[in-house]
Amino acid sequence: MTRYKSPQHRIFCYVNNTLLVLLAVLCLVPMIHILAVSLSSKAAANANLVGLWPVDFTLDSYLKTIGNRNFVDAMITSFLRTGLGTVLGMLLVCLAAYPLSKENKSFRQRGFYSWFFIITMVFSGGLIPSYIVVQKLGLINSLWALILPGIVNTWLIILMMNFFKTIPKELEESAHMDGADPFTVLGRIYLPLALPSVATIALFMMVGHWNSWFDGLIYINDAKGYPLSTLLQTIIVQQDFTKITPDAATMENLSQRAVKASQIFIGAAPILLVYPFLQRYFVKGIVIGAVKE
Amino acid sequence: MLLPAVLLALVFNYLPFAGLAIAFQDFKPWKGLFDNTWVGFDNFSEMFSRPDALQVILNTLVISGLKIVFGLIVPFVFALFLNEVLSRGLQRFIQTLVFLPYFISWVILGGIMIDILSPSGGLLNNALGVFGLKPIFFLGDNNWFQPMLIVTHLWKEFGYSTVIFLAALMGISPQLYEAAEVDGANRVQQVWHITIPGLLAITIVVGVLALSNILNAGFDQIFNLYNPMVYQSGDVIDTFVYRVGLLSGNFGLGTAVGLFKSLVSMILIIGAYKLADRFAHYRIF
Repeated sequence: MTRYKSPQHRIFCYVNNTLLVLLAVLCLVPMIHILAVSLSSKAAANANLVGLWPVDFTLDSYLKTIGNRNFVDAMITSFLRTGLGTVLGMLLVCLAAYPLSKENKSFRQRGFYSWFFIITMVFSGGLIPSYIVVQKLGLINSLWALILPGIVNTWLIILMMNFFKTIPKELEESAHMDGADPFTVLGRIYLPLALPSVATIALFMMVGHWNSWFDGLIYINDAKGYPLSTLLQTIIVQQDFTKITPDAATMENLSQRAVKASQIFIGAAPILLVYPFLQRYFVKGIVIGAVKE
Repeated sequence: MLLPAVLLALVFNYLPFAGLAIAFQDFKPWKGLFDNTWVGFDNFSEMFSRPDALQVILNTLVISGLKIVFGLIVPFVFALFLNEVLSRGLQRFIQTLVFLPYFISWVILGGIMIDILSPSGGLLNNALGVFGLKPIFFLGDNNWFQPMLIVTHLWKEFGYSTVIFLAALMGISPQLYEAAEVDGANRVQQVWHITIPGLLAITIVVGVLALSNILNAGFDQIFNLYNPMVYQSGDVIDTFVYRVGLLSGNFGLGTAVGLFKSLVSMILIIGAYKLADRFAHYRIF
């Protein structure tokens, strides 16, 4: 960078850098505060003594949270739905995106199927009819109610399709020549070549599953089957303690700010762990998806 | 190969369309779909005559509208200034920090905000207390609730649009700047005549697509932040459908409001993509 080296420009750079860093750190302050509260003693947290650094450092809140049966069950449900949902979802997305990535010439009904999927994006039956369908299928209270209703995600199919389109046609043609069927082509050529994109979309899906809470709230009637996000929603936001075994000890735990803070933090932890990968792939993903010329 | 996706979409996306019949019925869940009393457009006229339903539509438009305007201006300006940061490492660092809340759910962020904005010992009120100000119940006051929705929405979402704008900025050819330099344009002139016009297309796309979503005022966010005290200023179409339709069991009215929303949204989305294609040659399929 040899452009602009005037003193004014240098001053501008300092001010600009400082302000931007301050603003960025400001975005993190709420999370740092919660982390500090979760690592502080009960007394300090309840007396509002905690700012951005733990007071009377202790892991008590975390131990209590981890020791809570309902919390651990919910966590297992969340991992299950995230794992199963992502595997099945990816299978579906790849199987659907592959034929749609073909040109209209070689796949004559492509237009029809494109519209078939696009319609699900622009129009939906809405909350109540969807709920009734799930109910009539007898999926209420089952893990499938958390996986199947949202499994056809047209947006992700389009993303995957655009990734597949970048793979040279010649590879597929020569594989066909050697007698490979479409499934072999998809599994042996497309998927390995599109691996970074597959990872991107799988990460999207995992985050979506881990974060989603509303489906648990409406499709699961028994708090024992709640995924973690839904459980957190009821105990932290709705402050409804009846969802958790109401013995005296637990009640006392829950009324504490520090314990709540630790639950919030554990709920966010998996996302924070994958965030570095997420950010890298995601930026690539939205660049391809959004700034496509 | 398309079969699994087509079948699942038929069941979970298309089958609910049949359920839209409920909007024209006095629906009782224990009767079959076609054994209920048909009431024509009664549910729709009820919607337009209920004062709370009109308030809900107004709230939706105001909250969404403000979110769209600020959600466009803030990341745009932020990306412009971030683009002036010469060190790529620092640029990435800042981007990493502001992008983080985007990936965290509103359950978590709502929990954090409820704690921080609490009138009894929340971080913000403690800070205000230092200046001798009285505690404010930000999430329980109809004057404060909407501004809080806008601010917390920006906190979560502006990193996303910043990344999009930044990517578009990277795409502007450096030759344009070099040429401007030779012609004696200063930095501000370069931003005004090269950078901002260079961002125009992507701004139109982002803005138009956001506009098509105007009836989605942010269910996840509002549901996790509101309480009965602020229904007057914070209740939007989606929360209304959930409360009146699903919780109170008024299925007919809930479905009618939902159908009204879906229809208007559909027109807006199709219009938006047409516009985006026309003015910025943006196509998704």
